[in-house]
Amino acid sequence: MTDSQREPVKVFLVDDHALFRAGVRTELDSITDEVRVVGEAGSVAEAVAGIARTKPQVVLLDVHMPDGGGAEVLRRVRPELPDVVFLALSVSDAAEDVIAVIRAGARGYVTKTISSKELVRAVVRVADGDAVFSPRLAGFVLDAFADRPGSAPISDPELDLLTPRERDVLRLLARGYAYKEIASELFISVKTVETHVSSVLRKTQLSNRYELSRWASDRRLV
Amino acid sequence: MTMDHVQEALDHVATDQVAIPDKPKMFRRRSGRAIAGVAGGLADHLGVPVVWVRTAFALLAALNGAGLLAYGLLWVFVQQQTEETAKAPTSKERQQAFGLIALGVGLAVASGTLTGFISGWVAVPLAVAMIGLAVVWREADESQRRRWRVGAKDGFAGAFLGGGGWSAAIRIVAGVALVITGIGVVALRSGSLDQVQFALIAVIATLIGVAVLTIPFWLRLVRDLSDERKARIRTDERAEIAAHLHDSVLQTLALIQKQSEQPREVARLARSQERELRGWLYGPNGYGKPAEMDEETATTGQLSEALATACGEVEDTFAISVGQVVVGDAELDDSLVALVQAAREAIVNAAKHAGVEEVSVFAEVEPTSVTVFVRDRGKGFDPDLVPDDRHGLADSIRGRMTRHGGTCKVRTAPGEGTEVQLAMPVKAGKGAA
Repeated sequence: MTDSQREPVKVFLVDDHALFRAGVRTELDSITDEVRVVGEAGSVAEAVAGIARTKPQVVLLDVHMPDGGGAEVLRRVRPELPDVVFLALSVSDAAEDVIAVIRAGARGYVTKTISSKELVRAVVRVADGDAVFSPRLAGFVLDAFADRPGSAPISDPELDLLTPRERDVLRLLARGYAYKEIASELFISVKTVETHVSSVLRKTQLSNRYELSRWASDRRLV
Repeated sequence: MTMDHVQEALDHVATDQVAIPDKPKMFRRRSGRAIAGVAGGLADHLGVPVVWVRTAFALLAALNGAGLLAYGLLWVFVQQQTEETAKAPTSKERQQAFGLIALGVGLAVASGTLTGFISGWVAVPLAVAMIGLAVVWREADESQRRRWRVGAKDGFAGAFLGGGGWSAAIRIVAGVALVITGIGVVALRSGSLDQVQFALIAVIATLIGVAVLTIPFWLRLVRDLSDERKARIRTDERAEIAAHLHDSVLQTLALIQKQSEQPREVARLARSQERELRGWLYGPNGYGKPAEMDEETATTGQLSEALATACGEVEDTFAISVGQVVVGDAELDDSLVALVQAAREAIVNAAKHAGVEEVSVFAEVEPTSVTVFVRDRGKGFDPDLVPDDRHGLADSIRGRMTRHGGTCKVRTAPGEGTEVQLAMPVKAGKGAA
């Protein structure tokens, strides 16, 4: 993890609700010096310009925004600035939106109800190159890779299937276990847990297997 | 008719009318009907060509008129479609239909005569009476349609004429005349009876005639009553919705205005209200259920909804946050309802005793089982040291599970938090996404 001597992580906020941005900014700036908010934006265009200007390490990205949402910001920023890491933030329960942002390149997803301390920890972790799976995201990914009638055929087993171990890790994440707890539960090292999670993230981003819209409507997500 | 034939006809009707759960209700066709749209409606309901149904009725008519009786019963007890469908019948179809009607009536009369079921001379007046009956009943259908169009519900005369004016009245009178003629001829021809018996027969015949003629109208009165009852139910429901919104949403909004100094409290109130409203709208017994659900066979809903409702209730009651993740989904049945209730109790226990702000719930639907994990990072406890009077908690969860063939495991130790693992086997095929 981190030591207190390191530079604060530069964070950029993208959310179309000014009130929410203000809240997060106050929280992040007051709670810790591990992170520093360097800018914020309320629309896709503003965000693209702002990120190019301020060169943050981590962008906190709202999934739902007018004109394309978080995924659009990702699509426009990533080719220019591949080093900027994105962490999705949402009140939405809609699996297809969340998965879409992950597939567009976000390194994790947390709900807006996350506590400030947790949020800081998540920001630092994605800045270090890890993935951040909230229990909800773990559930969505398990759902997306589930074998059930109507799921798309498997074209590339390498990408389209989760290994039993990866599935175990996801299940424990969904049950609210921390990496350390997962490690002791499965008798593996924390490093190995991180490797599994990163591998799951890669598969989620690269697999072409699921027809998410259909899957989501099957789930009847409101 | 002998009892056997009646029974047969009733059986026939019964098999047509037994509603298969996922089939829509049967209606008589409004457009493209030859007499009453019974055959068409039946064909739509069973998904077969209408010609087959008409032929079947015609052939059944050969069984001493069983087909005619079945047709009549379906006519009376199956409602008309309220909407006109655009399918106009071809002239060929129409000819076929009339040919089959003639064939059916012919067969009924012929078979009746041959088997001595009715003596030959009665056949003609009987046929006359039946035609009269058909005319009157058709008129009832027509007036019903006019009433749908106008939306009128006006008194007794309205029930009969349905705003059809003179032509309707003339048609009804003509039909009644035919029926009375038919019955009268039978009564008069029934030989050398003395006056008393003749009068008796005439009275009985008239009563029967009136009863038979007015069937559609009595039925309609009954239906009007039930329609009005439905309307009243709807009004009550609106009142209930208004009351609910007043008691919940409006109160919360007032609270939020009062608490506007404390954004966290505002957020908590808003979140819990949103969840409560969602649960109320979309929950297992919610108001916002899809309209296609039949009121009587409303399903109990989905596992995910029930679990969300349970989590929400505990969140509100104990002011903690319950993070819930559901993978897959399944229709609720008794054992899954028990599972949800057990899970709810486990969450309540965590909220009460663990001393934490957050509880994690994870449910997974697999082909053969549904598992739920309820976890907190709280105090934990030593299972061996639970005082006797506190056994009720674990036992009621365990009891609920084992009664339905499920299992319950508790992992806990002082300072380690607690995880309750619930597993319920399901029948194959239930664990659908």
